[in-house]
Amino acid sequence: MSPDAQKVKITYREAMRQAIREALIRDQRVFLMGEDVGAYGGCYAVSKGLLEEFGPDRIRDTPLSESAFVGAGIGAAMNGMRPIVEIMTVNFSLLALDQIVNNAATIPHMSGGQINIPLVIRMTTGAGRQLAAQHSHSLEGWYAHIAGIKVLAPATLEDARGMLWTALEDPDPVLIFEHGTLYNMEGEMAADAGAVEISKAAVRRAGTDVSLITYGGTLGKTLQAAEQLAASGIDAEVVDLRSLRPLDTGTVLDSVTRTHRAVIIDEGWRSGSISAEISARIMEGAFYELDLPVERICSAEVPMPYARHLEEAALPQASTIVATVTGMMGDHG
Amino acid sequence: MADFLMPSLGADMEAGTVLQWLVKPGDAVKRGDIVAVVDTEKATIEVEIFQTGVIQRIVVPEGEKVPVGTLLAVIAVQGEVAAAAPEARPAERTPMVPAPAPPIPPAAARVAVKPAPAPAAPHRARISPLAMRVAMELKVDLATVKGTGPDGAITKADVERAAKAPPPAPAPLEAPAPVAPRKPAVAPIDRRAAMRKAIAAAMARSKREIPHYYLGTHIDMSKAIGWLNAENLKRPVTERLLYSVLLLKAVALAVHEIPEMNGFWIDGAFKPSEAVHAGVAISIRQGGLIAPAIHDVERKSLGEIMVSLSDLVKRVRAGVLRSSEIADATITVTSLGDQGVESVFGVIYPPQVALVGFGKILERPWASGGLVGARPVMMASLSGDHRASDGHRGALFLTAVERLLQEPEKL
Repeated sequence: MSPDAQKVKITYREAMRQAIREALIRDQRVFLMGEDVGAYGGCYAVSKGLLEEFGPDRIRDTPLSESAFVGAGIGAAMNGMRPIVEIMTVNFSLLALDQIVNNAATIPHMSGGQINIPLVIRMTTGAGRQLAAQHSHSLEGWYAHIAGIKVLAPATLEDARGMLWTALEDPDPVLIFEHGTLYNMEGEMAADAGAVEISKAAVRRAGTDVSLITYGGTLGKTLQAAEQLAASGIDAEVVDLRSLRPLDTGTVLDSVTRTHRAVIIDEGWRSGSISAEISARIMEGAFYELDLPVERICSAEVPMPYARHLEEAALPQASTIVATVTGMMGDHG
Repeated sequence: MADFLMPSLGADMEAGTVLQWLVKPGDAVKRGDIVAVVDTEKATIEVEIFQTGVIQRIVVPEGEKVPVGTLLAVIAVQGEVAAAAPEARPAERTPMVPAPAPPIPPAAARVAVKPAPAPAAPHRARISPLAMRVAMELKVDLATVKGTGPDGAITKADVERAAKAPPPAPAPLEAPAPVAPRKPAVAPIDRRAAMRKAIAAAMARSKREIPHYYLGTHIDMSKAIGWLNAENLKRPVTERLLYSVLLLKAVALAVHEIPEMNGFWIDGAFKPSEAVHAGVAISIRQGGLIAPAIHDVERKSLGEIMVSLSDLVKRVRAGVLRSSEIADATITVTSLGDQGVESVFGVIYPPQVALVGFGKILERPWASGGLVGARPVMMASLSGDHRASDGHRGALFLTAVERLLQEPEKL
């Protein structure tokens, strides 16, 4: 992208729609399938207008059976197609867990590499929209536990626009987690933005005093917190993991080696979480760089409340990040 | 690439402190070179290396205490071009290292060497890993650093602040501060207690595991003493021999006839040793005992044994021994004649299988050829490991010692 490339104002939702549209145009094997993706235009309106443009063969509404349509997607991928399967939320993906974990993740291995599964499963994750405990959890950390799949968490417009094509090119199944609060995020993006690589974490803000490590829906809050901390003289570096499996440990360790302090912000529950994994890797790989114990800011370990004030209290917020960092730094800022 | 590990410098050793490295990465070393000084419960040991090559990397820094078997340094073995070469097997590296000490002396030996904790600090100091590293780099004594981190933890900033602060007692400006002699990691008082614990552990293990049998015989020493006196007259004063040299050589030659006395009992089997490395029990003035080896006694002349013995005694008193001397002894010889006793039935030092004791030489009535006369007589004794040998073989061994001492000129 050239520096004077034209910028366009765009939302995360629209960036994602452009990504799907581009894939449908570039590769005839690509099709989109899921609940209400066609006539209704997608539960989060990501696929609005695509049925009219590409027709019912390529934009397919499915019955309310995650296990069936994810399984169908796996079968299609095994037979040479490039399916994009949309699951309404990560909570519902548990109905397709058997297909994802026992089939998608294992068949390339079980077939001795004879069968690839170039499948992309997109789903919404996370809280913050008062959708209560059955539509609001962040379970991407669970999926990051499963060997045989890739787990992505686009947190920026560029990643929403660019990760899908690269994921479709991948011979293995890729899960893309779109945080529900991001769809309305609006910003400027290069008009010619396109495919991005999907294996590296990114430093979204360079800093010297503390590494704030996060991904997905909490990236925005973390960047906000970093700005507030800067006002009080603490220069925070913000690392966006982008991929939860594989984890780009190198970028995390490099950052901690620069700052000697780490805080992990994860909307998942703390116990047995991806934040625990990252903390362990920091201890394994950068123990002698640590000047303070690693801190974690996660969601309260309760089913996500419906009431707005309770939901806000249960989630990591910019204010909790600021308070945690300020507390741990003491007079060492 | 070969690993240089913390050697086991005796059956009772569990851990050692690297006091000093005598080599640095890039240095060429050859088999037998002394590369490090290690402090154990018993002594300060100069540790030899068993590979020839180039020091690649030093893993354990000076001042650190690590268990036996810990990787101390990595050596690029001669002729090796950083490519994968077969690692030196432990057996090749330290041919005579006794089996690792059993886990019997529980925490005792380990606890004993720790300096007593300062009474004012009931908790372990909170020091961040980074602060610890920086303190090492800046040579800051962490005991002098005040922690300002969470719960008084010492952080990097605290260490850097302490490094910048002027030293508490500034040295006179004209004379640069002399380099302080390296403080032993273990204070003398601890060393003595630690050695007692170590001896206790080894001897308790010996009596628990080794079924000892004991044999003794009186030996007419008139020929040996007569020959020695005549021989010493021929020698310059500095090269004169002690009679214990004759005893050592006689033991070494007798062992060649009865090899069950010489070697180690390891993993339920006797492993004989071709060479005879005689451990000589030497008491330490401050208390305690150590039995470093004189190597290849059977191949040395009496004069050479004498030189080795004097050197060994001197270095035991100075507290500086070599690793192979500590680890290699294949049989122990103890002589309490100087202390005035007639006989000694010793406790075998595991994993060895025999200990030979010599008592005081006394003038005694001695009947020989139908006549009674006064002869210098010495009691020789054998403590044998009944797992490795039987009393019959032990008797042949002591008889061989006696016979050899009757022909001192052949020793």
